[in-house]
Amino acid sequence: MKSPLAFTIGAALLLATQSVVGAQTTVDRTKPPALGTPPKVSLPPIVTRQLPNGLKLMIVEHHELPIADFVLLVGSGGTAEPAGKMGVANLTTAMLREGTSTRKSLEIADQLAFLGVNLNAGSSWESTTLSLHTPTAQLDSALALFADVALRPSFPANEFDRIRKTRLTTLLQLKDQGPAIADIAYPAIVYGKSHPYGARLLGTEESVAGLSVADLQAYYGANFRPNNATLIVVGDVTPAQVEAKANQYFGGWQRGDVTPVSYGEPPRSGTTAIYLIDKPGAAQSSFRIASVGVPRSTRDYFALTVMNTILGGSFTSRLNNNLRETKGYTYGARSSFDMRRSAGPFIASSEIVAAKTDSALIEFMKELNSIRQSVPADELSKAKRYLQLRLPAGFETTSQIANQLVPVAMYGLPFDYYNNYVQNIESVTAADVERVARQYVNPGSLAVVIVGDRATIEPALKALNVGPISIRDMTGALVQ
Amino acid sequence: MKKTSFLVTLGYLIAGAAVAPPLASQATPRISFEKYTLPNGLQVILHEDHSTPIVAINTWYHVGSGDEQPGRTGFAHLFEHIMFMGSQNVPVGMFDQWLEAAGASNNGSTTEDRTDYYEVVPSNALELALWLDADRMGFLLPTMDLPKVDLQREVVKNERRQSYDNVPYGRADETILAALYPKTHPYSWPVIGSMADLSAATLDDTKNFFRTFYAPNNATMAIVGDFDPVKVKQLVAKYFGSIPRGPAVTRRTTVPPVVVAKDTFLVLEDKVQLPRVFYTWPTVKLFAPDDAALDILAQVIANDRNSRLYKKLVYDLQVAQSVRASQESSRLTGKFQINVLPRPGQSTADIDKLVQAEISGVINNGITQRELVRAQNLYRASFLDRLASVLGKADALNSYNYFAGTPDYVQQDAARYDRVTAADVQRVAKTYLGKPKVVLTVVPEGKKDLMLTASGGGR
Repeated sequence: MKSPLAFTIGAALLLATQSVVGAQTTVDRTKPPALGTPPKVSLPPIVTRQLPNGLKLMIVEHHELPIADFVLLVGSGGTAEPAGKMGVANLTTAMLREGTSTRKSLEIADQLAFLGVNLNAGSSWESTTLSLHTPTAQLDSALALFADVALRPSFPANEFDRIRKTRLTTLLQLKDQGPAIADIAYPAIVYGKSHPYGARLLGTEESVAGLSVADLQAYYGANFRPNNATLIVVGDVTPAQVEAKANQYFGGWQRGDVTPVSYGEPPRSGTTAIYLIDKPGAAQSSFRIASVGVPRSTRDYFALTVMNTILGGSFTSRLNNNLRETKGYTYGARSSFDMRRSAGPFIASSEIVAAKTDSALIEFMKELNSIRQSVPADELSKAKRYLQLRLPAGFETTSQIANQLVPVAMYGLPFDYYNNYVQNIESVTAADVERVARQYVNPGSLAVVIVGDRATIEPALKALNVGPISIRDMTGALVQ
Repeated sequence: MKKTSFLVTLGYLIAGAAVAPPLASQATPRISFEKYTLPNGLQVILHEDHSTPIVAINTWYHVGSGDEQPGRTGFAHLFEHIMFMGSQNVPVGMFDQWLEAAGASNNGSTTEDRTDYYEVVPSNALELALWLDADRMGFLLPTMDLPKVDLQREVVKNERRQSYDNVPYGRADETILAALYPKTHPYSWPVIGSMADLSAATLDDTKNFFRTFYAPNNATMAIVGDFDPVKVKQLVAKYFGSIPRGPAVTRRTTVPPVVVAKDTFLVLEDKVQLPRVFYTWPTVKLFAPDDAALDILAQVIANDRNSRLYKKLVYDLQVAQSVRASQESSRLTGKFQINVLPRPGQSTADIDKLVQAEISGVINNGITQRELVRAQNLYRASFLDRLASVLGKADALNSYNYFAGTPDYVQQDAARYDRVTAADVQRVAKTYLGKPKVVLTVVPEGKKDLMLTASGGGR
C-alpha cells in the first residue's frame, strides 16, 4: 500500500534515476558518510519511595504502550545458602510459583495464562528476581497474583518432590553438554571450596537430593524480607499509583533480620595450568580461561569495561577477530569480568573446533599477553564510542529499563549513574587501559579449563608447554 | 545467525527473560507505515517512532535455504555470513568496525524462506548504515574472493558444530526433515546445511547466488524509528537508487506433495543420557486457514502445567522431564511437532501410549473453552510485545509484507487467533494429528532397543 506522498516521490525518483543508472557519478561511495552529532540522550528519571516495612520502590514512567514491568529484587542468592544446602536458593525460587496459601500450582499457571501475563523467577549469586510483565489494563489482578507468589509461597511437599526430581534430571542432562560442564568446572577450579563462588547455583545431585521443604522454608524466611528487597516498576504507571499499589499488595510483608554474607578473601591464583576434562568424541573443545577478577565496587569499573570491550567484549574485539574472523576456529570468542559483591571471575571463552584446540590456545595466550601492551588510539576510541553510543538502545522497552535498574539497586549505584556513564567512559585513558590490563589480566596465573576429546587434543596441548596438564572431572576434582 | 550475542557483563543474571503477554480486551494496535518502491524494484517501508533516538534498518532478501540446489545445502546461510565480509568500498572487517564505533548493533539470520539483515543505530548513524547496506547490495562482487568464502565456511562449520553437532539431540531436526519431505522438496534439508555441501561451495557459487538473488528487486527494507521521512527518502534514493535492477527472480511457488503414507519410525544414536521422542506430522503453510488453530492446538497440548500432555506426563505421572509442541509454518508448507523427554528409567513405549491417548482425547472429545481462552490470551499478549522495540516492528512489517502481501497485517494476524473456536481445534487435531506421522527416537549410543516401532517397541 502506497500513500499518495510516497507515490509522488517514487515517480519523481523514476525520472531522476533514469539518467544516473549505471553512472554512479552522482554518489560518492568511496568513504563512509560523516556521522552527525549523536542524539542528546536524557535517560528517564528514577523516582524512589519506601514503604514503612522497608521495601524500597524504584519507579520509572514510560507511557509508550499500555504495559508495565515489575521486578522484585531480593538481595540474596546462592551465596546466602547455609553450608551443605547447595542449590536451596535456586529451588526456593523455582517453588514460588508452585503454590501459595490461597492458590495451588495449577491455579497459578491457569491464572497467568488466562491473564496473558508473564511471571518469571530466577536467582543468581547474590540476588533473586521475580518479574512480572503485564498489560496495565489488568494491573490489579496481575499484581495480586505476583504478590501472592512472592509473599505467601506454601512450598507444598508434593510439588517440591516433583520440582526436585526435575532438577535432578536437569543435573544429569548437563553431562551431555561440553559447554555446561566447562561452566560448572571452572568456578570450582578457580575458587575452590572455601569461597562461595566456587559453589554451583543449581547444586549437585547429592546436595539437591538432601534438601527438604524445611530447608526451603528456612531459606525463604531468612532472606525474603522487605528490608532486603527493592521493587522496580517501569511502564505506563505513575509514582503515586505505584506507591498505593505497593502499599496495598506488599504493605503487609513482615520485616526480618537478614544476615549479611561474609565472603572472606578470594583465593590467590596459582601459576597457569591446564585443566582438561574428557568429553569423548566432542566436536568442539569448550575453553574457559579464568582467574579471580574484581568486585562490582572496583574503582576501575570503567577502565575495565573499556579494556574488556577491546579484548573480548564486542564482535570486533581482539579475541573474536582473531579466533573467528581471522582463523575461523570458532563461531565466537569473548571475555568478561563478572563483577559481583565480591571478586567474581574474569573469563575468556570459546567453543573451538577440536582439531584446532592447541592452535587456539596459542592465540588466546597471545591476545591475553598483548592486551597488556599499550592500545592504539583508534582502537581505544572505537571501544569508547561503542559503549557510549549504544547506551540509548538499552533503554527502549519497559523490560529493558527495568533490567538496567537492577544493578543500580543491587550495588547502590547513584541514580544519575547512566546519565554520567558517557562521561565516565570518556575519562578512561590509554594509560588506564594498560594499567588495568596489567593488573587484572595475568597470563602467568590463569586456570585454562578445556572440555574436549582428550584422546585427540591432549598430545598437542602437552607440546605447547603453556602449563602443566591435569585431568579433571566436572566438579574440578583430579581424575587418575 | 551471523553472530552469537555479546553482552556487557553487569554482574547479575536474570533467569528466564520476560517473553510477553497481554490481555483479552487489549486490541492490537495497527503499525502505521508508508511503503514505496524504487524504480529498481527495492521496496521500502517506513515507520516513525521517536520514543528513543535510535533507528532499525531491517532488510529482507527473498531467498532462503529453500532456494538452494541439492549438493549446495547451507549455501544461503553461508552467503549471509559472506555479506559481512566487506564490499567494494568497505574493506574486510570495517563493516562491523564502523558500526560499532557508531554505537550500532547488527546481525543477520537465514530461514528456509528469507534472509534478514539488520542494524539498530543511534539516529545520527542512519546514513552510515544505509551506505553500508547499499554497498553490499550493489557492489559485493568486485572484492569477493575465495579467502573470504573459505574463512566464513570455517566459521559456519563451527556454527554447525556449536549449534547442532555438539548439542544433545542437535541432529534430530535434519533427520526428521529428510524423512518427512520428498528429496526434491526444498524443506527436506536443514538451513545450516551439511558439512560436505559447505565444503563443496565455490567462489563461483557465491557470485552466481549474488547475481541471482541479491538484487534490489528481490529485497525489502524496513526503516523504523527516530528519523525525518523526507530526509530518509532522499538518503535511500541517493544510496540505493542507482543500484541496477537484477534479472527477475523466479522462485518456487509449488512443492511436491508431502505425504506420509504410514507411520514412519526412525532412530538416531547420540551422546545423550536420556532418549527423546519426536513426533512430526505434515500440516499447512503460514497463514493457511488452519494455521492459527494448529498454533492454538500446540498451546493446548504442551504449554504450561495445565496443558494436556504436560499435565499428564510431567505434572501428574512425572514420567517425563519435558514435553513441547509447536506448529511450524513457513512459506510453502508446515509441520506440527511434539517431543517428549522421558525421566530416567521411564519406558518410551509407555510414554508413547500416554501421548497417543491424550491426542485421541482432543480428537474425540475436543477442548474446553477455558483451554481455548488461555491460549488465545497468550497470543494476544505476544502481539503487543512485538511492538515494543523498533527492531520488532521493522521485522513485523517486513514479515507481513513478504508472507501476507502487505505490511498492514498485524491486526489481521492477531484476529486469526481470536476467531479460532474449540471446534476448530478439535477439527485440526483430527485432520492433521489423526494422520500418519514420522516418529524419531533419539537414543543413547548402543541403546537402539529404546526405539519406538510400529509394533510399539521401546522400553
